This record gives sequence, structure tokens and C-alpha cells, in this order.
Amino acid sequence: MALKRRKKDLTFLEKIYIPEIAKGLALTFKNMLKPKFTMQYPEEKFIPPPSYRGRPVLVMEENGLERCVACGLCSRVCPPLAIEVQAAETDREKERYPIKFEINMLRCIFCGLCEEVCPEEAIVMSKDYELAFTNRKDALYGKDKLLTPVKQLQDRINFLRNYK
Amino acid sequence: MPKFILDGKEIEFEQGQTIIQAAKKSGITIPHFCWHESLSISGNCRVCLVEIEKMPKLAIACSTLAAEGMVVYSESDKALSARNAVMEFELINHPLDCPICDEAGECKLQDYAYSHGNGESRFNEEKAHKDKRVPLGPLVMFDGDRCISCSRCIRFCDEIAKESQLTFIKRGDRVTIVTYPGKQLDNPYSMNVTDICPVGALTSRDFRFKARVWELSSTKSICNGCSRGCNINLEVRNNQVLRLTPRQNDEVNSFWMCDHGRVNTYKFINAEDRVDSPYLRRKGALARSGWDEAFAAASSELKSYSKNEIAFIGSPYATCEDNFILSKFATQIIGTKHMDFIRHFNTSFGDNFLRQGDVTPNSFGAKAVGIFPGKGGLDLDGIIKAVKDGQIKAVYLMEDDMIAFNPELQEIFSKLDLFIVHATNFNKTTELADIVFPASTYAEKHGTIVNSDGRVQRLKPAVATFDVDRALEGMSLSRWDKFGTKFDSWAEGNKRDARSSWRILAGLSGAMGHKYKYGTAEEVFMDIAKSINAFSGLDYEVIGELGAKLKLDSVTKPVIA
Ligand code: SF4
Ligand code: SF4
Ligand code: SF4
Ligand code: SF4
Ligand code: FES
Repeated sequence: MALKRRKKDLTFLEKIYIPEIAKGLALTFKNMLKPKFTMQYPEEKFIPPPSYRGRPVLVMEENGLERCVACGLCSRVCPPLAIEVQAAETDREKERYPIKFEINMLRCIFCGLCEEVCPEEAIVMSKDYELAFTNRKDALYGKDKLLTPVKQLQDRINFLRNYK
Repeated sequence: MPKFILDGKEIEFEQGQTIIQAAKKSGITIPHFCWHESLSISGNCRVCLVEIEKMPKLAIACSTLAAEGMVVYSESDKALSARNAVMEFELINHPLDCPICDEAGECKLQDYAYSHGNGESRFNEEKAHKDKRVPLGPLVMFDGDRCISCSRCIRFCDEIAKESQLTFIKRGDRVTIVTYPGKQLDNPYSMNVTDICPVGALTSRDFRFKARVWELSSTKSICNGCSRGCNINLEVRNNQVLRLTPRQNDEVNSFWMCDHGRVNTYKFINAEDRVDSPYLRRKGALARSGWDEAFAAASSELKSYSKNEIAFIGSPYATCEDNFILSKFATQIIGTKHMDFIRHFNTSFGDNFLRQGDVTPNSFGAKAVGIFPGKGGLDLDGIIKAVKDGQIKAVYLMEDDMIAFNPELQEIFSKLDLFIVHATNFNKTTELADIVFPASTYAEKHGTIVNSDGRVQRLKPAVATFDVDRALEGMSLSRWDKFGTKFDSWAEGNKRDARSSWRILAGLSGAMGHKYKYGTAEEVFMDIAKSINAFSGLDYEVIGELGAKLKLDSVTKPVIA
């Protein structure tokens, strides 16, 4: 196919600009009347759906204890080695618990494999995406920051039960 | 040799061998729970069922004797379906405990369930419940739910430890393990049952919940608890030794090690009181110093005494390499003849199985490489007496806490004008020392030790120091070691600025104007092999993982007092 020669000069209508301005303004006015998507973050917060993978957290039962039994499977499966678990013995029926559970949020890639492998439904992905640090130490989340009441995680847990 | 056919392969066997034994010798493992190479045959788990031509029923490979021309199938449909059925039975009452069970990762039941199980249970009823967390003895914990009643632990106590302490009680699905009334599982070898228990029913109370087994790096080494020199694995995470496990060596310890060796000989490596740099005594107290400063101080101090005022004490805890260089240093650089080492005997520790009355790992080697008084020189008693009388004014002591060993020496040795010590940990002896050099422990260096039978065996570093780097030294690496950075708290652990004693001595001799040319422990050993008859023909390669015998006629075995 012979190539169509592109025009070198503007036509008369193009030269006077007015129709183009009118076209542009028409688009602007059309969109002004449409509903808005932009959120006024951080005044306004985005609340993600249950399928969202925010930072992993530990499930805290109503009695204030973790579900985690420190089996170390999440730590083993975690591709970037973000999780460190140290087990210890307790008198509870499940005799093992994590005396230390640390996720390095600088390493975590939010893949959700820890959640997938956990035999106790003890670690799940939350809706928290606000992670900014000014030094490496702050990025180490211990049990104090990880434990989250099961109520707040219910919709993720339901989602997992349906789709995992 | 007679032969039989296993899965189409010809297997040679000796008369009287069972199918499973002969197969194992040829490198084929038939699945088994209750059979153990060095225990009697029990034949109760049935997982080793195989199909044999011309036999009406399947037979268990662990108790069926191999016979000429026998045709055996361990992977036929019939054999496999039997194995699957046995696995289904085993799993009926076995709890889903893997996440909280220490055996996970090295569990036979887990492995076979993975390779032979159906992946699903048809058993909907409630599982049987038994006692969990029962301390059977001071070092072993029992979990009744997990026991698959293979009886290995019972047979171990009866046949190997020779103290009947465990037995089955009850029948059927209520059968469980208990100690005999009034007895405990407390024989000196009790923890071996935690190794041979195919599941997590018996676990070590010392290691319980400390780590997942897949997080550990494993290094082949030798126990330093006594002169038997049991072959062991040093299992390390985050640069800390977390457990020792026995390593098979039929010439030394078979599959076993004693509880003392297992729990009491590694904790000092991780301890807080490790000497972590050279120390010099300043104004009465030991103060941290740099290496060069310490070498210079030791060198100028040593030079201020005449050679007959200096005595050297080697160590049955240190390697042959360390002792060899010490003896060279004493005779060639200082020129003294006063040299010996301290024998540590505990006759009540010895028994007629593994444990030896000589509770040091290398007294044989120390003597063989030259730690003894020269002609007219003083031996240990002579040295002590001469220190008391003030004839010996300076003592150079390598890796031995002699004051704790004999508290009477405290007063005598505080008379010394100069006391130089190599120590791994601060102790009673370093309290008296003027100069302390930080010595690497047996888990932090290359070297050789000689057991009471004259067998040379190899130590390899498992814990990194400033001197041995995990990656550069080719040490065993766990996944965490491989991918950790200096920003990960779990990656490098605590590293000490310690060196092998021979390397410290080489540094000091450099400061005294006489350089030794050894770069590695292996080069020191080459020199030992060249200059000492008993070691001739040996090198690290020949010694290998299982050790090699010294030429015994050329050294006299140290007598046990
Ligand atoms: S989400 Fe992925 S990367 Fe993050 S901790 Fe879990 S397994 Fe590790
Ligand atoms: S996989 Fe689950 S139970 Fe196991 S250590 Fe991780 S969070 Fe705890
Ligand atoms: S405790 Fe372990 S070794 Fe002993 S019978 Fe049970 S499964 Fe076998
Ligand atoms: S018998 Fe001796 S060498 Fe063997 S494990 Fe016990 S202490 Fe260690
Ligand atoms: S191994 Fe043969 S019956 Fe247990």
C-alpha cells in the first residue's frame, strides 16, 4: 500500500483554533458533570475490598491470644525471607506459641503465600497499605504491631474460606 | 555370593541377611518404621511389605531372609497398595500435630504419608486420645498421641543402653509407652531414642521448640565430651549451636552418642562469657586490647625471662594442629624443655559402651604431636612445684581451665610473674592471667583430634568468627545464611574475634621475629604428617568424614590413671 502523504500545513479551520477550543471545552464540561473518582487522600481513605492484599497481620482471638502455633511454615515459604518466628512452650492445649514473631516490612512483597500456607488461619492479609518508614528498625513489625482482633479481619477470613 | 532379584535388579547378599538389609547394602531403601539396622527385628509396623514370587501372601522385608534366586517386588501394584493401606492405618489415630511437632521435617511418617499416602482419610470418627507431654525422664518428652508403637525405643533401652526402662502397656488402640514402675528413662544414652523414634512421640527436652529442623545448617564434626570422639553433626542457626546429633560411624560410635555429650558440650560455645578479643591486665584488671598490641606485649614479656624460667602447658581440648605449633613454639622459639599438658580423668564417667574415663577429646593427639617434657625438662607436677618454688616465673597455658580443675593451684599460680592464657571463655584461670588470647572453640575451626583408639578425626567450623567466614570458608549454609544481609537480625548472629590457637601462636611468633609460614590448619597438618611418624601418609583427604587410624606402634597410648 502506498503511504499516504502527511499534510505539511494547517488547514484554514485549524489555523483559526476556535473549533478545536470548543471541542476541548465540550469534553471538559461533559466530565465536570460526571461523578468523581478522585479521593482526597489522606483526609479521605480508600477502604479496599476483601480480596486486597495489604500488610500481613496475625489473628488475635477474642481472649487476646494469637492463633499462631509458631510452626514456621510461613517463614519457610516466604519468598523474600521476611518472617522470623521463634517458638516456645506454653501450658495451653496447643503447646507451642511464638515468643517472637517479626515481619520485616521492607522485605515483604505482599504475595500472600504466608496466608495461604498457614495451617491455623493465623496470618492473613489486612487492608493496611500505609507503610512508610524513616529507618530500617521501624520496619520490623513485632507481635505488638501484628496482632489484630479477629473481628477486624472477618471479611478477609470469609473471603479466604470461599476462594482459597 | 548368592543373589536375588529386587525390582528387576540383581542384589548380592550374605547368607542370613534379610531382604531389607541386603537392599540397603546395595543402596535401595525399602520403607520401614520399626526396623533399625542395629536393633533386633520386631516386624510390627508392616510398612515394609513386599511381593515375593511363589509366595501366597505379601511378606515383610525386614524379617524375611533373602534366598538364592528369590524374585522380590517392592514397587509392584500389590506391594504399593499394601503400603498405602498400612499408611492409612497408621494415620487413623495419628493427630494432625505436624505444625506443633518438633519432628516435622525429619519425620518418617510425614515422609511416607507424602510419598505413599492417599492424601485423604476415610476415618471420620474421633481419634484416640492418649497422654501428651509426659516427661519420661530428665531429657526426653513423650507424646502418646503421636506414638506408632514401633517399639524401637523399648528395644534401644533393652539392647543398646542395656537398662530396661520402657515398655508397652494396654492393648489395641489404647496401647502406649510407659516407664517401668519406679523407673525413669534416665540411662546415660537415653536421648538416642529421640533420634530413632520415627515420629515425634519422643522429643529432646533440651532442643524442644528451639528451632525448625529445616532452619539449621549441619556440619560434620566430632564430640569433644570424652576421648571416644563420637561422630556428630553440629546444627547451627543464626551462628548459634542449637543441637548435636550423632552421625553414623561403625568404627567409633555406630548410630549413638551419650546424653552428656549431647547436652553439655555445646553450650559454652554460645555463652555470654566468651573471650571476644585479646585482653591485657592493666592496673589489676583485664582490659580489651587489639591483636598487635597483645602480641607485642606477650613478646616483650616472654623475652624478659630466661628460657628455663618459662613453662608451656598444652591442651587435650585443643587440636593436634594447635598443640603441634605450641610445642614448636616452646622448643624452637623460646627453647624451653618444660612442657606438658593436664590429664583429665573421671573414672566414674567411663563405661563399657561409649563413654571413656579420659574426658578430653585429644589427649592422645596432644602427646603424639609433641606435648611432653624435653630431656631433663619438667613435667606437669614438676612445673607446678617449680612455680611454687619460684624457679618458673612465666607460664604459657593453652585452652585449659586448670584452676577450676584443681583449686589448690590458685594460690600457687598467683605467684607467677607472667601468665599467658589462651581461653574460649572467661574462667577461674583467666582471672589470674596477665594476657588472655581469645581461642576458637572446636566448633569454630578446622583441625584434627585423636580419640582413645588412635583414630584421627576431623573438626570443621560450624560457627563463624572474625577468623572464619561462613561463605569464604565453605562452611555449611542454611537458607537463612545464604540470603541474609547485615541488616537482618537473624542472619549473622554473634561473631567473636577468636582465632585457632595455632594461628594465635603463629601471630605471636611473628611478633617475636620468627615467622611461621602456615596459612591454613591443613598446612599445619601436612607438616605434622611430614615430621611425626605416627601421622605419616595422612592428610585431610585421607581422614575424610570418618577418620583414619594412626600408625599405632610408633606412639605409646597414654595410660589411663
Ligand atoms: S505476604 Fe509474602 S512476602 Fe509478605 S510476609 Fe507473607 S509470604 Fe512473606
Ligand atoms: S504458618 Fe501460621 S501458625 Fe505457622 S508460624 Fe506462620 S502464622 Fe504461625
Ligand atoms: S515412642 Fe517412638 S520409638 Fe517408641 S514405640 Fe512409639 S513411635 Fe516407636
Ligand atoms: S561418649 Fe564421649 S564422645 Fe561420645 S557423645 Fe559421649 S561424651 Fe561425646
Ligand atoms: S519395618 Fe518391617 S515390619 Fe516394621
